[in-house]
Amino acid sequence: MLRLSASGLGCVRGSRTIFDDINLELSSGEVLALVGPNGSGKSSLLRLVAGLLRESAGRIELGGGAPDQTIGEQAHYLGHLDALKPSLTVAENLAFWVHYLGGNVASLPAALAGLGLGSLAELPAAYLSAGQRRRLSLARLVAVPRPIWLLDEPTSALDAAGQEQLAGLMRQHLSGGGLILAATHGPLGIEARELKLGGTA
Amino acid sequence: MTAFLALLQRDTRLAIRIGGGALMGVLFFLIVVTLVPFAVGPDLAQLRRIGPAILWVGALLASLLTLDRLLAADHEDGSLDLLLMGTTPLELVVLTKAAAHWITSCLPLVIATPLLGLFLNLEPLAIGAVALTLLAGTPALTCIGLIGAALSVALRRGGLLLPLLVLPLTVPVLIFGVAASNAAIAGPTSFGAPFMILCALSLGSLVLGPFAAAAALRHGLE
Repeated sequence: MLRLSASGLGCVRGSRTIFDDINLELSSGEVLALVGPNGSGKSSLLRLVAGLLRESAGRIELGGGAPDQTIGEQAHYLGHLDALKPSLTVAENLAFWVHYLGGNVASLPAALAGLGLGSLAELPAAYLSAGQRRRLSLARLVAVPRPIWLLDEPTSALDAAGQEQLAGLMRQHLSGGGLILAATHGPLGIEARELKLGGTA
Repeated sequence: MTAFLALLQRDTRLAIRIGGGALMGVLFFLIVVTLVPFAVGPDLAQLRRIGPAILWVGALLASLLTLDRLLAADHEDGSLDLLLMGTTPLELVVLTKAAAHWITSCLPLVIATPLLGLFLNLEPLAIGAVALTLLAGTPALTCIGLIGAALSVALRRGGLLLPLLVLPLTVPVLIFGVAASNAAIAGPTSFGAPFMILCALSLGSLVLGPFAAAAALRHGLE
């Protein structure tokens, strides 16, 4: 049973206070949707949890995880940038991240097929559309099991079928004991608690 | 170990596939070396005397050429974020990237040296000496450049800053590289002493470079 909690969290970027005193709590099988206007710090909060930014105040804790790993090492971060190399093929891009992040290479074809990319495996990533690039990024989350998913606008650029697939993947992840923290403007397609950033603070 | 090999394979593959790594550096090296005789005149004795220095300066500039993309490319497309979230220590990640850069950018320069040495009327012994000193000295260039590449990512000032940061630090490598080559050709000092110092510079920067680069990247998180 995992429990991710943060208390009194603050974030300062370039001497500007993005947010302060954010509290959140999240257990296995739960989704927390971060909502708020543009610039309210949704992405910054995700990057803080991922360990890609430093908190200016407060702390983030993970109970029940691997004690010798940081939160970032147990989390997947799906940001606005898709970390794909245009000159590598779809399969090579995914294979690299699976090798690097320590997943099982045997799960690679299934992950690609699950997101409707099976027939594109040998195509250089340069030729993918925005939605297909998003699907390839999502395939990384499926191919390498990690308990925490940090999703920044996961539904952006996805078509209706893709959004349904994403909802299915999220449900599967939750039923396997994972937890999801997602920044979003639209509906995620699954039941989620909301944390409002900006405005009320 | 898997992560190390995967990253090494990806970076070498990228450098070869885009054609920006190996081939561009060697072509630049070729152009620098062929330009010099036009500038100093076709005096064969003079070219033979300054040949090692020309080859070293050419290799130094050619190795800088691809350095600014070493970490910036991964920073821009978000790969660096994910590399940071792996279980591999950041020091090992940047060392691996430096190794891939050396294999794809510096090793081809060492291999091209014998041919370019012929252009400059160097004797076989001199060509061997220059190639050997380049082989021993280019790891220092890559590792010092690695620090500059990390700083330019962290400071968000792009590639222009990089040569300014890196070139002054490579001066000792240049001095001892050329000194060892000249000592092998003309004497009077022995080849051993400057060559040993060159090796020491490489080993030292091999240790220092990854730690300094990783520290610069971590600092850039704020």
